[in-house]
Amino acid sequence: MSLNGLLLDKRSSIIKKWRDLVISTYPIDTQRFLKREKDRFSNPVGQTIAEDLEILYDQLIKDNDIDQISRSLDNIVRIRAVQDFKPSAAVGFVLALKRLIRKEIGVDTGQGETKDDMEALEERIEAAALLAFDIYAGCKKKLYELRVIEATNQVSSLLERANLKVEIPEFDPVL
Amino acid sequence: MADTPKPEELSKIDHAPPLMEGWMDVPAEIRPGIYCYGGKAKNVAAVGMPNPRDWNPADDDWKLPENWEQIIDEGMRDRLDKYRSFKLFMDICVRCGACADKCHFFIGSGDPKNMPVMRAELLRSVYRKKFTAAGKILGKIAGARKLTEEVLKEWWTYLYQCTECRRCSLFCPYGIDMAEITIMGRELTNLLGLNIDWIAGPVANCNRTGNHLGIQPHAYKDMIDFFVDEIEEVSGIRVEPDLNRKGAEILFVTPSGDVFADPGTYTAMGYLMLFHYLKAQGLDITWSTYASEGGNFGFFTSHEMAKRLNAKMYAEAKRLGVKWILGGECGHMWRVVHQYMNTWNGPADFLEEPVSPITGTKFETATGTKMVHIIEFTADLIRNNRLKLDPSRNDNLIVTYHDSCNTSRGMGFLEEPRYVIKNVCNNFYEMPPNTIREQTFCCGSGSGLNAGEDMELRMRGGLPRANAVKHVHEKYGVNMLSCICALDRAVLPTSLGYWVPEVAVTGVHEMVANALVFDGEKERTTNLRGEPLPGMEDEE
Repeated sequence: MSLNGLLLDKRSSIIKKWRDLVISTYPIDTQRFLKREKDRFSNPVGQTIAEDLEILYDQLIKDNDIDQISRSLDNIVRIRAVQDFKPSAAVGFVLALKRLIRKEIGVDTGQGETKDDMEALEERIEAAALLAFDIYAGCKKKLYELRVIEATNQVSSLLERANLKVEIPEFDPVL
Repeated sequence: MADTPKPEELSKIDHAPPLMEGWMDVPAEIRPGIYCYGGKAKNVAAVGMPNPRDWNPADDDWKLPENWEQIIDEGMRDRLDKYRSFKLFMDICVRCGACADKCHFFIGSGDPKNMPVMRAELLRSVYRKKFTAAGKILGKIAGARKLTEEVLKEWWTYLYQCTECRRCSLFCPYGIDMAEITIMGRELTNLLGLNIDWIAGPVANCNRTGNHLGIQPHAYKDMIDFFVDEIEEVSGIRVEPDLNRKGAEILFVTPSGDVFADPGTYTAMGYLMLFHYLKAQGLDITWSTYASEGGNFGFFTSHEMAKRLNAKMYAEAKRLGVKWILGGECGHMWRVVHQYMNTWNGPADFLEEPVSPITGTKFETATGTKMVHIIEFTADLIRNNRLKLDPSRNDNLIVTYHDSCNTSRGMGFLEEPRYVIKNVCNNFYEMPPNTIREQTFCCGSGSGLNAGEDMELRMRGGLPRANAVKHVHEKYGVNMLSCICALDRAVLPTSLGYWVPEVAVTGVHEMVANALVFDGEKERTTNLRGEPLPGMEDEE
């Protein structure tokens, strides 16, 4: 069977293990909830992980639609960027897929077409991991931006409207 | 309201504790991005609260008073005697876990100590050790533990990761009000000077100057004047608001956030326009530069402080000689007004039962407090056909509505805001049922947690709300989240800025004013934000 055939064959098993692995990064008492509650509004973290890992898997093994991969990575990483994770732990789940796949399909991928396919897949996974890191950095940057915007809004407009400061207008008034 | 559970349902509750095993041995971590800065000495001292000193929660030494254990001991005893609800809530929880996954902070953070049952357990465990026989004798086996400095730090960490939104209480089969446990816990921490500066600062300012930011009366007036000019630019109408006018029939009190921070300022302009519109119909209303804060951050420190800050509303009503008070769009202000003001600072027997001078409607729900929420006032106006409205002016908006915790769960304002919104805009879509009305998700930054340094905490807490907003944005193209709370207007733009940047935030009365058709107004080309009205894009 081709690598792709194997990956499709083992799809649900690999995705489940991948999901379990991501969920295992949360405290034990939280893991139960993240797995159990299926309503995406009651459990946005668990359901985002479940839904977007599935999309990511399918995109990485065959379609490789970068926009879709970015969206799904963003959904997961945006959450993990504000939770108690170090940067490596927040995005590390992407690379873990490499190990999972090798372990799960359990065939010799050391030669021929399968080897090439495997290398290509691993390259895609690595590219996705780098993308996840970009997204993580973007999320952190956004947080700092939002903090600055809040602080600026509080002080700046106040001074202006209370006539405590008058800035240079955009255009000189016509004299 | 939540269905009251039947006895047979209660009997089915599994009494096996769902709590983390070994949780007592996991100390709290004070992490940047999650905690708020400690209250500054000057702010704590300004209102005479205990143990004023500059301190840093990230330091090992919190500079506690020497006899801190005794202070907590007496403080707890005092409150258990004084508030029967507190004693009841300490005793009756069976740790069924119904509340566990209902908290926005737990859902967003995944930290099990944010399960409401766990957060309460932090206090209960100490209560058992100090005040129950089983706890004293059996200790850990009975879920009891000694209060140590480490435990105290854990209290502080998690008590300031609760927004007192009461969503968890809705699901508690015993009706335990978790917010009240947090309120009590925060009172205890305040006895040791363990407050956060985002609360302590506004409290000190509010006590002296009358509002959170310490804005003095002349600056308040300048802001109102600025709004008057802005309104004239948009509508051609020059509104003439009154400030501190004795003999007016109604006093208007609103959170200062509406007067000083965008996008609340547009809501403030909305109030001004509505009042001007109603003048010809007999509205006789004044703003006040003294009762210049509807919000009450004292409520996040102690009952005594909340009472003290609240007192200015009745005091100003009395000084001006008004008949009743109208209040602006706010959340926790209304929890205080609706549920505490009458007993703290009432009875306001110098005021009259509020009656709308326009429609004659008696606001019987406000018979005790003599204070009416503006959303109820406006809904009544619309119902009695007293407003000429052109909802198509809001056609650029695809709107959803966020029920603010305090007005929905605390007051039951579920229909009034929706009724007003549907009359002033044509595109309205609800978020999923388990995220609105009584089950609404908190903004994630309430109860004084809207500081800047705890941004990650706020984003975690804001996730469940934003997640539902994202859903209606993707499904219906929603681009505007409306609300009737000033704190929501201050913090949701930030939360949505992170989670769903395509959606902006508005107060309901901003939309009312945009739709309101005045006699003799010029043709409007923009809304209050200066954005072109639908069909007027070329006029710019």
